[in-house]
Amino acid sequence: MIPSLLGISIVLFSLLAMAPGDPFEELATNPAIPPEVRANLRAKFGLDDPVWMRYWHWLIAMMQGDWGFSFVSRMDVSTLILQRLPVTLVVIGASQILAIAVALPVGVLAATRPYSLFDQIANTFAFIGFSLPTFFTGLVLILIFSIQLDWLPFVYRADISATGWAFYWEHIKQSIMPVTVLGLFQGAALVRFVRSSVLDVIRLDYVTTARSKGIGERKVITKHVVRNALIPVVTLVALQMPIVFGGAVVTEQIFRVPGIGSLLISAMLANDTPVVMGVTFVSACLVVLFNLIADILYGWLDPRIAFR
Amino acid sequence: MALFSGIALALIVGAVLLGPLLWPVPINEIDFTAKLQGPSWKHPLGTDDLGQDLLARLIYGGRISIAVGVAAMIVAIVVGVLVGAIAGMASGRVDAALMWVTDLFLSLPQLPLLLLVIYLFRDSVKGVLGVEGGAFVLIVAVIGGTRWMSAARLVRAQFLSLREKEFVEAARALGASRVRQVVQHILPNALGPVIVVATIDIAAAIIAESTLSFLGLGFPSDVPTWGSVLRDAKDYLDIAPHWALFPGALIFITVLAINFIGDGLRDALDPRRVL
Repeated sequence: MIPSLLGISIVLFSLLAMAPGDPFEELATNPAIPPEVRANLRAKFGLDDPVWMRYWHWLIAMMQGDWGFSFVSRMDVSTLILQRLPVTLVVIGASQILAIAVALPVGVLAATRPYSLFDQIANTFAFIGFSLPTFFTGLVLILIFSIQLDWLPFVYRADISATGWAFYWEHIKQSIMPVTVLGLFQGAALVRFVRSSVLDVIRLDYVTTARSKGIGERKVITKHVVRNALIPVVTLVALQMPIVFGGAVVTEQIFRVPGIGSLLISAMLANDTPVVMGVTFVSACLVVLFNLIADILYGWLDPRIAFR
Repeated sequence: MALFSGIALALIVGAVLLGPLLWPVPINEIDFTAKLQGPSWKHPLGTDDLGQDLLARLIYGGRISIAVGVAAMIVAIVVGVLVGAIAGMASGRVDAALMWVTDLFLSLPQLPLLLLVIYLFRDSVKGVLGVEGGAFVLIVAVIGGTRWMSAARLVRAQFLSLREKEFVEAARALGASRVRQVVQHILPNALGPVIVVATIDIAAAIIAESTLSFLGLGFPSDVPTWGSVLRDAKDYLDIAPHWALFPGALIFITVLAINFIGDGLRDALDPRRVL
């Protein structure tokens, strides 16, 4: 985990270092500031240091939580990101749960009856699901449920005035569409994977043994097949996290969810580099974190995998 | 299904390539008397908020989107095959290092990274290659540069098993150089699954390009691509739904067709997968 975080930080920093542009560019064109002042400023902020030293300073600052100052929002980048992060995590988490809740039963059912009508329908829908770009599904859902039927709000509001149950109800109502868009996209890719992974397991000898011992079909599937078939699925869920973050950026943009994805886009459009770097770094860290969680889940699903 | 998709894809590609000849309407002719109109004989797919003809814009956008998809796929496959082949042939330390880099790229969040690269470099590339050409090169490079990993792992796995096969050993015994072993003997046998990945990569690249354009960070906003038309349309969803539905449906059908073709190719090229 530590090496990959370091690797990510090197990639991000080298991008930043290779990028053209000088933070003191404006000063160069300003006749009121003499060149010596500019040179002194550059020296003070270490812009003339060798690359590895700048990387070291940057890394130390990032680790200490000093991520810079947002020019546009007039606040620390870390505060800004911490404000936005929970919404994104809730949306991503809910959509992953939805994806798994849809994909697991459908994939298992399809695999227990391969090439049946249900399998073919599920397969076709899965193809449609992951061929539909999230931004298009989002717009279509808005068109149907917000504009035609007027059931759901299409702008996510963080400042809901209602209290008690009404408060939660409003929150759920406005989260339905973003979560559905993201969850179905993920679920579609997962269905095919669950199916093939269950198909691999279901033909193994130990399943036949379990059946021949007279265990009911339902119990064979849930207790014996699914648990083993889940191991590769966990890998896929973890491997898909980078894509999920991409999807979250898009859905947050469409539904105006105030998460880190929409923060990233607005910071880019406003040329707010510290925020851009911070958000990219946070999403990279979260992806690594989810990979770690997947590794821990392996141990629980498959006791044969030991941690060194 | 693959055959049907092939026909659908051929229709779209043909329409996009020949479209400007058959439908010679300029993409940027502004006509405020005809703005936000639904489909009619004069404008088969309707018009946008400036009265520009959507059919002409979508034909032009399709050319860009499909060109980006194919070009980014080529970049991704070339990088992937190179990395995979080197890792598979070298083994040992080089292999471990290359695979570490591959895994690192796999765990980077793609879209934020794409956006970051474009955000940091768009101005300088624009200066060198012009507005449209710069955007094209940059987008193709970053999409290709973040999608080569699956091809690399695949090629490496293929190489690891193929290089121990008898026919390669025979070539080695006959004194074939390493390069010749790779180019003449191993690579052609490793290509089957790579073709499948390449097909699916086109679809993914088209989605990635549309996403970038949709977020307003792809091509400059006056160049219509499927994604940017959709972006312009999203604020007029209530009065002009056709404007958003046509480009969205085009992306969807193209990507779906390519995915089905990839699936068909997988069945055709990889007999082990057939249950």
